[in-house]
Amino acid sequence: MPRSAREKTMWSIAIGVVLLYAVIPIIWIISLSLKKPGDIADRKFLPTGGISFDNYTSIFDTSEFTHALINSFGIAAISTLISILLASMAAYAVARLKFAGKALILSGALAIAMFPPISIVGSLFAAWRSIGLFDTWPGLIIPYMTFTLPLGIYTLSAFFREIPWELEQAAQVDGATPWQAFTRVILPLATPGIFTAAVLVFIFAWNDFLFATVLTSTDASRTVPATLAFFTGGSQFADPTGQVSAAAVVVTIPIIILVLIFQRRIVAGLTAGAVKG
Amino acid sequence: MAEAAVDRGAQTATAPTKRPTTDRAKAERRLAYWLCAPAVLVMVAVTGYPIVYAVVLSLQRYDLRFPASRGWVGLDNYIQVLTASTWWKDVLSTVIITLCSVGIELVIGTLLALVMHRAIFGRGMVRAAILIPYGIVTVVAAFTFLYAFQLNTGFVADLLGYKSDPLTNTTGSYAVIIITEVWKTTPFMALLILGGLVLVPDELHEAAKIDGASAVQRFFRITLPLIRPAILVALLFRTLDAFRIFDTPFIQTRGANGTETVSILGYNTLINRVNLGLGSAISVLIFIAVILIAVLFIKGLGTSTAQQRGEV
Repeated sequence: MPRSAREKTMWSIAIGVVLLYAVIPIIWIISLSLKKPGDIADRKFLPTGGISFDNYTSIFDTSEFTHALINSFGIAAISTLISILLASMAAYAVARLKFAGKALILSGALAIAMFPPISIVGSLFAAWRSIGLFDTWPGLIIPYMTFTLPLGIYTLSAFFREIPWELEQAAQVDGATPWQAFTRVILPLATPGIFTAAVLVFIFAWNDFLFATVLTSTDASRTVPATLAFFTGGSQFADPTGQVSAAAVVVTIPIIILVLIFQRRIVAGLTAGAVKG
Repeated sequence: MAEAAVDRGAQTATAPTKRPTTDRAKAERRLAYWLCAPAVLVMVAVTGYPIVYAVVLSLQRYDLRFPASRGWVGLDNYIQVLTASTWWKDVLSTVIITLCSVGIELVIGTLLALVMHRAIFGRGMVRAAILIPYGIVTVVAAFTFLYAFQLNTGFVADLLGYKSDPLTNTTGSYAVIIITEVWKTTPFMALLILGGLVLVPDELHEAAKIDGASAVQRFFRITLPLIRPAILVALLFRTLDAFRIFDTPFIQTRGANGTETVSILGYNTLINRVNLGLGSAISVLIFIAVILIAVLFIKGLGTSTAQQRGEV
């Protein structure tokens, strides 16, 4: 066998293995969610007993799940908006301006990103109960800043460093102030990076389980991950496996779509601008 | 922290090579501080305030079931936690999960990164595919693997031929938790290592090839030393992340079969037993443990990350 052909087969196998690694669990949970209630325990990988959408219709019939979905979307979106706004400003300064304390901001953000959430949920639980933030949207949005802001600052500084310096200097030579250079020149160039950082931050907020479990108690603010953990199904007697699977698929699909659309830039963001798209 | 930043700024501002006393430099510095201030203040407030409050709570007898008996007890809560075997058992199970999952992730992550870096076709496809586990909600991944492995719903039992539910014994529970963690977070490891791989100059490989080095030799002699900083950073991130593991064991075992992690212990004490004093002591201890791990890592790796930064 000529070398290139052998190499091709080898890479095909390697790529095949990676693809299977990524998608088998996804296919499994989709398959489980489509099984008929009687087939849930048939231990087959695929829904060979026939497909049914009963699990989906039943979760959308309960306000428990639909409210959780709205809470998840709303809380993650608002957290993303606030943290990206604040992080863009800080990241611009870090990437473009000369000032002391730059390293301190980056390492401080990194330190806070490493912060264990369990260390603050207890005191937030106590504080939120006494000031009325328990089981509210702001009650989750505020603690989400502990991880969305550092993540935003990090990925955005990486993206902003990739933007050509010369344009900003050119604008300043033409008489623009640093602020004008920021809003008129850099911001339009930075938009794709900002969008990608927003996707990443949104995924992190969407993923949170600990804060959502501790700081909420009703469907006024309980998000999907926390709802899923305590999901009992429509009746006490029904096994919730099928419904949990269906709900799991519903919250997974939008993320997969987002990730596939932004994959190139997400990789770049995660590897701090080391990969040139 | 914000004050510290300003202090440092004031100290070093007089030192730099080209005295930044021009109006433009001053304006630039002022703008920088204004741009950073909101983010810095919010970060300090949302983490600083709750952690200080946690320390305060940890020094009190404060059980929500007996609010009347609230009072200062000094370090009693810490002594109670540190002298109980539960804490140390949970530290051990957390360390086991951390070491196993991070170790396996390092190996698979490096392989994945090599596939993404060297594949002669389909790189984009692979990159897109491995982002799927990364993007998936941890709770969803935990349920997916729970349902796949548990005896009454899962297809894995027939595949591997086991007859008793893995989630009813210690080894099985650890295995399922670790497999879930590895599946979910290896992509992150792989992408960080890929970030290091793209910095390895191709010429080195070409030269070594001409000198007759095999692919394996080239990996261990050229690639590995050069991507060491990237690997160390990935290990640091993942170790700290794995040490605070909560979602997966909570969903899959609720801490049963000896898989209770320190985060689950903290949760149970704070939320189920509503013992805010004792629970806060556990919270603060976890915080200190994470700082210790980070300091150890950074001390050990400081030189190589500094080198990498110098190179970039």
